[in-house]
Amino acid sequence: MGKSEKKKKNSNGLSFAKAFIKGDIFTKLSAPIFGLGCFVRGQIARGVMLLGFEALFIWYMINYGIYWVSMLPSLGLEGPAKEYDSFYDQYVTVYHDNSFKILLYGVLTLFLILAVVYTLMTSVKMSYTAEMKKKNGQKVDKFKDDLKSLVDEKFYKTLLSLPCLGIFLFSFLPIVFMILVAFTNYDGAHDGYITGLFHWVGFDNFKTLFSSNGGTGSYFKIFMSILGWTIVWAILATFTNYILGILVAMMINKKGIRFKKLWRTILVMTIAIPQFISLMYVSKMFDKTGIINGLLMTNGFTKSQTVYYVDVDTHTGISVSPEKGKKLELTAESLTSVLNGETPNLAAKENEKLKAKYTLKENKTLDSYLKGNELEAFVKEYGLKDGGVLISEKVYRPLTQAPIDFWGTPLYARILVVVINIWIGIPYMMLIATGILMNIPADLYESARIDGANPFQQFRYITMPYMLFVTAPYLLTSFTGNMNNFGVIYFLTGGGPGNSKATAVGGGVGHTDLLITWLFKLTQGTEASYYMASVIGIVIFVIVSTITLIVYNGLGSNKNEGDFA
Amino acid sequence: MMKQEKHGLGMSAKRTISNTIIYIILIIMSIIWLAPFFCIVFQSFRTESTWQVGYVIPQKWGLDNYKALLDSSFVDWYKNTFLIALVVCVLQTIIVLCMSYTLSRFRFKMRNFLMRFMLVLGLFPGILGIIILYRVLADMGLTKSNAVFGLILVYCAASGMGYYISKGFFDTIPMSLDEAARIDGATRLQVFIQMILPLAKPIVIYTILTAFLGPWGDYVFAKFVAFNEPSGMNTAVGLFTWLAPDAIGRKYTMFCAGGVVVAIPVTILFLFLQKYYVEGVTGGAVKG
Repeated sequence: MGKSEKKKKNSNGLSFAKAFIKGDIFTKLSAPIFGLGCFVRGQIARGVMLLGFEALFIWYMINYGIYWVSMLPSLGLEGPAKEYDSFYDQYVTVYHDNSFKILLYGVLTLFLILAVVYTLMTSVKMSYTAEMKKKNGQKVDKFKDDLKSLVDEKFYKTLLSLPCLGIFLFSFLPIVFMILVAFTNYDGAHDGYITGLFHWVGFDNFKTLFSSNGGTGSYFKIFMSILGWTIVWAILATFTNYILGILVAMMINKKGIRFKKLWRTILVMTIAIPQFISLMYVSKMFDKTGIINGLLMTNGFTKSQTVYYVDVDTHTGISVSPEKGKKLELTAESLTSVLNGETPNLAAKENEKLKAKYTLKENKTLDSYLKGNELEAFVKEYGLKDGGVLISEKVYRPLTQAPIDFWGTPLYARILVVVINIWIGIPYMMLIATGILMNIPADLYESARIDGANPFQQFRYITMPYMLFVTAPYLLTSFTGNMNNFGVIYFLTGGGPGNSKATAVGGGVGHTDLLITWLFKLTQGTEASYYMASVIGIVIFVIVSTITLIVYNGLGSNKNEGDFA
Repeated sequence: MMKQEKHGLGMSAKRTISNTIIYIILIIMSIIWLAPFFCIVFQSFRTESTWQVGYVIPQKWGLDNYKALLDSSFVDWYKNTFLIALVVCVLQTIIVLCMSYTLSRFRFKMRNFLMRFMLVLGLFPGILGIIILYRVLADMGLTKSNAVFGLILVYCAASGMGYYISKGFFDTIPMSLDEAARIDGATRLQVFIQMILPLAKPIVIYTILTAFLGPWGDYVFAKFVAFNEPSGMNTAVGLFTWLAPDAIGRKYTMFCAGGVVVAIPVTILFLFLQKYYVEGVTGGAVKG
């Protein structure tokens, strides 16, 4: 858009001030009484709409708006309280103000007021335009003309109104709301209505995030370590995919390689399958009981270990020992049945006896272990920890080989997420690179070959600079996208393995958690800490937009050179 | 002459070696890329046990897992997902095309502001807004068992933000076409529907495809809105519950079967429309 165009617009544009000052009495009165000017000049439909909007606004403000806005500074005065109910003759909890709604509708009302101010200005401007037209003897636009222009010159208004309203209500407003939440104490214990009001706390939450009180377990230390991994992850994920994707595309495109379409289709197939399925499945493949460990164990790549056997004794309950004698081998099925209350391989009579005597150590019954999800504790208590794998609440599989705990070891988990992300990402990059590689002028390579450049040099000095030049914006979005790559981390590791240092901060932080997955965890459960999630959301925004700004400015100077254009 | 021939021979031998290496790499890659999918298909036919095992080929084959799917909440999840994806696909396509066409063709006062505004908005982590959206939807009664409607609303409402790639495509259709048609008396609406849309067929199909795939595989929003109510879940949220520690022993093979059933329609759709998808992805990346 050139400068001249802008100037033209300004001269065409009518300012509110000019219209208000120069307009006649009706135009001036169009400010307090919307649409008055339109009525006077015969634009009835416009006038009705404007006046109707004003009436609706006043009705809304009196009935609701004033309450919401006036409560905004306090976010509610009266929280839930126990009150005596004479009818039922008991104390019942009575709910009063709702901080959540006050914040939401308060903000919405503020925007509505802005819209009304805008409409006020429009009303005056419309009136002035009509006034001028009448004065000059021109025809005043009728409602029919307005409608017609909505599918023609003003067609953009028709097309944009609904999408923009959607974006405003479902994208913009929630973000404004959540930014405000960062300055409150909105969490599980202060949900604004049922568990208690929340109120403004100023910058306290930011101070919490950036304070290093509490040593290695402080919010700041944990935040920095997650931020560090987020950045390392984003760099690794972006550039491994980028370079390997280009290499794969080059291999497939190489002259003399046949079945190009087949190779491409095989890779593209993996894009077709919904990512959550591939991620969930691959995550389980690397489980302790997964196929990878299964293959490693059957082929003897793992260390052998002691298997424990369970002994079902009618007097003492169940005991476990590493010897195999009369004792029952604890296989998946047998334990399932034991835990289901049946005793495998025992006569029915004895089975009955056993059922009556589920007395375990510390007088705990098997049921109590199961109810409290304490099977893990049960297994540990009985020395099963090293001998097998808890497949589920009810199934325990003994293993003669020690599986590799891929997801339980921070370093392995981190390497694996990067590797699996390569598996996910190469097909995309291959597709993108294929199109671009074909556009590289062939004579560039020709002349390089004549100059004696080897394939590596050609890659280094022709392919890469060209690719970087063309795909720089993609690289940027891919980097910021990876910083917020929720799916890969959440489905593969869920952020784990857990970071024992991070017990003081909310969310249950793990070693592969990115800022975005931490944010998500902070919004879950009854101990959710929405305000910290919001603070982290703001921090993510600041980081991402800073990177974007810096890179875009850098790109701006690059683009002008037009090396390859 | 002799020298040149010798040189040529050396080159071709070199090329054969390098091509062989490339073939080996490509074959290994194909195996690695396809292996998980073969595994999941094999596991879905395993009937001797329901938990994870350390081998790929089942000892007992059968359709038990698929039959079990029919008697589980999976049917609900699948219906939900299908309904959501279908409706969102239609609405989102309309919204995205309107948005991108407008931003490509019209020059109006708010245009630059609007584009910059959406760019900045897009830098905020979207997950953040869910907390409030969840509570608003809950107030409207559009969560849990009514999650389908809530999700359709949420997916469609802000879909105008995804205008970028198709706008890039519309930009490549010369403006002079529009102008010529306008001189002939066509309104903007007619130009859009009768001229531009047919020309933009590849990007229209790309938009439809992505609009369908998005909700088909969404997890985060769906998890929030369903809020642990099985009848309101989509397949992603539902299947993930089967991998929870307390369920995986009983549900693992069913998960595999469910995964296969979820993947089949989109894979077929995708393979047919691959060409358009590739066009959209490459176009989007180059324009940034």
